Amino acid sequence: MTPIVEIKDLRVEYRGRGLGQAPKVAVDGLTLNVNTGEVFGFLGPNGAGKTTTMNVLLGFVNPTGGEARLFGVNVREPIARQRIGYLPELTYYYKFLTAEELLRFYARIFRIPKAETERRIDELLKLVELESVRKRTIKTYSKGMQQRIGLAQALINNPDLLILDEPTSGLDPVGRMKVREIIQRLKNDGKTVFFSSHELGEVETVCDRVAILHQGKLKVEGRVGDLMQQYQSNLEQIFLRIIGYLPSPQT
Amino acid sequence: MNSICAVAGVVIRELYRRKDFYVLFFLMATIALTMGCGNLVNDEKKEGYLKEICLLLIWVSSLVIAISTAARQLPAERESRTLFPLLAKPVTRSEVIAGKFLGCWIACGAALVVFYFILGLVSASREHEWRVLEYAQALWLQWIFLAVVIAFGLWGSLVFATPAANATICLIVIAGVLVLQQHLKDFALAHPEPERSLLYVIHFALPRPEWFDMREALITHRGWPDGVEFAVVSVYGAAYAAFFLLAAWVGFRRKSLLA
Repeated sequence: MTPIVEIKDLRVEYRGRGLGQAPKVAVDGLTLNVNTGEVFGFLGPNGAGKTTTMNVLLGFVNPTGGEARLFGVNVREPIARQRIGYLPELTYYYKFLTAEELLRFYARIFRIPKAETERRIDELLKLVELESVRKRTIKTYSKGMQQRIGLAQALINNPDLLILDEPTSGLDPVGRMKVREIIQRLKNDGKTVFFSSHELGEVETVCDRVAILHQGKLKVEGRVGDLMQQYQSNLEQIFLRIIGYLPSPQT
Repeated sequence: MNSICAVAGVVIRELYRRKDFYVLFFLMATIALTMGCGNLVNDEKKEGYLKEICLLLIWVSSLVIAISTAARQLPAERESRTLFPLLAKPVTRSEVIAGKFLGCWIACGAALVVFYFILGLVSASREHEWRVLEYAQALWLQWIFLAVVIAFGLWGSLVFATPAANATICLIVIAGVLVLQQHLKDFALAHPEPERSLLYVIHFALPRPEWFDMREALITHRGWPDGVEFAVVSVYGAAYAAFFLLAAWVGFRRKSLLA
């Protein structure tokens, strides 16, 4: 399979805050590939470097070393982002815009024709169940609604790769199930999904492969079924062992 | 160009949905209208003064609108983190800068059109003639100067992290240029070398606001630039705006947004 996401020996350092303070290594020598049509779970405790890696993929942060490619194109090139959809962990949208204005704005950036834009907006607002509030400004939305409009904007260009940073954070159980259904549907449509989450049960259900990151380093990577067989436990147990919260069976 | 126009559209939409913009806008319009309509001094000779005050108000309020709008664009996007979903799309950072500039410039242009329309209307009612071309020329040159101010504000927003700091510093610098620039030459002459040369360099490096300021000409109906001068001043202003936009792009293009 062709890798859609290629990360090779990636290193990211953040400058020390104070004078003479050593730089903080957020990601250290990360190498991984995500193949076409895969749902890839990117796991790790808080501060493991998941969001930093995603930020490199999206061109927000310049890597200190190594390289990252999307569809074979260096992530620094804007064209690499033509076929991706991105849902940030928190809702970062223009709150003075209405849902349909926001979607129209992003569609315009993707150069989607007007008729197609209107059709996509109707379809997506229906999908995320925001049709009835499409003319309300986003600042009047609840957190769950803002997360759903985020998902709609991530799908506006019918992306081949979806990068989701903790897509279910802040959602109620119905919202979570909805997101899972959407991910499943995207998978069935042959789309690639790269997502980070702390909901390990959810990851176990929807992911083909996972990678567990700890203190900026890749600890484990593999197919969910293979890992569960290898460790003889569920993903949560594996995760807790790898980050050192639970002792490994050998010790 | 599509992305630039899309970003500009959001800037304009944000402005007309913000209340502080309206406050300044309506305040200015009301003062201009009141001063023009009300027979405050009952002296024809003093109408020139009223017009001058109105024009000064137009200059000050358009500068405040330009600076407060431009200075907050990028820092506010970073603070509210709306920049992240935007830059996750196939949009270059230069397009973001250009879109922000275009949005601010169009918004300021729209405000200027309303201000000059009110002033023109009031003056026409007094002078019994509407010098459309004169008002259009004055408006255009002021709009070009605002382009320089906006580009400077955008560049400043990459140097100073918070919108308030940037707006304050931009305002001080622009006010400094407006007040001191034309006196700098005389000041330079009063100094020995090498200070004189240094002051001359600063004098010529700073934009010349008086070339864009047609207030005197609007009042006296004299001293209008000819076609060539008009074009040269327009190009001169555009060159300054382009320089600041280029500086903003250089600063923004490789900037890590989270570091």
